[in-house]
Amino acid sequence: MTTTIDTPGGASAPAQHGAPKWVRAMRYWMYQYKRTWRGSITTSFLYPVLYLAAMGIGLGSLVNQHVHGVGGQRRYLDFLAPGLLASTAMQIGGNEAMYPVMAAIKWLRTYFAMLATPLTVIDVLAGHLAWIALRLVMVTSIYLGIMAAFGTVHSVLALVALPVGVLTGLAFAAPIAAFAATQVNDTGFSTIYRFGLIPLFLFSGTFFPISQLPGWLQPVAQVSPLYHGVALCRSLVDGQVTAGPALVHAAFLLVLTAVGFVLAAGTFRRRLVT
Amino acid sequence: MYGRGLTKRFGDFVAVDGIDFAIERGESYGLLGPNGAGKTSTMRMIACMSPVSGGTLRVLGLDPARDGARIRSRIGLVPQEDTLDLELTVLDNLMVYGRYFDMPRRAIRERAEQLLEFTQLTERAHDKVEPLSGGMKRRLTIARSLISDPELLILDEPTTGLDPQARHLLWDRLYRLKQQGVTLVITTHYMDEAEQLCDRLAVMDGGRFAAEGSPRDLIARYATREVLELRFRDADTAAVAGSLEGLVPRLEVLPDRVLLYADDGEETLGRVHGLGLTPDSALVRRSTLEDVFLRLTGRTLVD
Repeated sequence: MTTTIDTPGGASAPAQHGAPKWVRAMRYWMYQYKRTWRGSITTSFLYPVLYLAAMGIGLGSLVNQHVHGVGGQRRYLDFLAPGLLASTAMQIGGNEAMYPVMAAIKWLRTYFAMLATPLTVIDVLAGHLAWIALRLVMVTSIYLGIMAAFGTVHSVLALVALPVGVLTGLAFAAPIAAFAATQVNDTGFSTIYRFGLIPLFLFSGTFFPISQLPGWLQPVAQVSPLYHGVALCRSLVDGQVTAGPALVHAAFLLVLTAVGFVLAAGTFRRRLVT
Repeated sequence: MYGRGLTKRFGDFVAVDGIDFAIERGESYGLLGPNGAGKTSTMRMIACMSPVSGGTLRVLGLDPARDGARIRSRIGLVPQEDTLDLELTVLDNLMVYGRYFDMPRRAIRERAEQLLEFTQLTERAHDKVEPLSGGMKRRLTIARSLISDPELLILDEPTTGLDPQARHLLWDRLYRLKQQGVTLVITTHYMDEAEQLCDRLAVMDGGRFAAEGSPRDLIARYATREVLELRFRDADTAAVAGSLEGLVPRLEVLPDRVLLYADDGEETLGRVHGLGLTPDSALVRRSTLEDVFLRLTGRTLVD
């Protein structure tokens, strides 16, 4: 063994071509995804097909026989599909901000590997959220494609539901990442599912309009971030969007994402830089 | 690189208590000390991963508080616990890491090839990291720390838990890096490692430097040239030791043997016999860093 390597730096120092540092952190997650993309993409196709077939068409035919229109839609499928789009975004955003964050802190210690390089805590956080956004783009576009195949897309405005889906996912991912970074182990995550994501999934207007809820519960549903995502996606896919409410919905999601990011910057720093 | 009054506090606990040091470019510097002595805290500050609580620290002439990212782009870190991605392949671990430094893919691949050769991992390049042995993982961590061609390499217990073969291979590699002009800062529990690799070293205890100097210096200062180890089978070791007092400047009584620090062990043994004592066994050996270390940090377990 007589290999030598040209060290220390100088002439052969690596050329810098200046990708933003959060992009460099995001690349890690892309490398990781190379391993699992097949399964992940298959799931992204399968779930919408199963849900839309079973609930939209199967259950929907029953609903359509008994009530004439749900939430202003003629068919239950048309009501349900955009709601499921937003709910799926919530689930992806939430999932990706729980176990992967814990793994990067505790099990694989990826964040620490990143922080030994020129990356900073903000780069590490922004890179991870950027990756989650990219995942949301994939999942949401597949969902929209399948909705189109089911004939439930009624307006070109449905294209705007793509960024709204991404935003809905991030509105969950950012605060949940902030929470995940405070956790010693993963038991807190089942609490998030049980008392957070699952109730929201069921009661945020995805399956039935929140006007069906008891009066006292309706204001509660209205502060659910998923409610805003669902309502906005639905109005876009139907092409019946009105500016005022749409802006409120979007602003709600944006603020939640921003607040989540700031909180996460704090919890990440406390956990990672000691 | 230098530190003046460098301090690290965690709440009320003072991990590093105002240490002073200066390390020259191309030098290889060791930090020895028992667990909890403050070695890792010191290393993490030097690696710009942990903010300084007090005092001054300059690394590559820069201030970690202001230029942490710039410094980190020019150093390599081998942390105490591996932070490899177990699910990625050996090569992908290097690729990912090189990308953090924003090196172009092709440059990383070329460099990775050299480094895998250098750490004898070429045949495992396309295997996942998970099933690799501890030694291989450690070598991969070292290869990874070199991907960006660092001027300064920080190694926190690089060989802890490795078998002798793996340790010697690593020493050989580190020695070559040193010859190529890379500055090395190493923490270790192994005195032979410190003796092999370090031009200078500091013995840390309780967050402070107990001593600093070259291995030979430290032995000269804190130990004698030789050590005479005596074992007595029948007699009470402590009682016998009493009569040995005054024979040498320093002796140490352990439950099973007596250590006499002397410049000439054989001559001292002769004088022991002269006292009419017949030890069950007598061993003359050269003093080592381990003697220095134990003298400075005591024999009690720390944790």
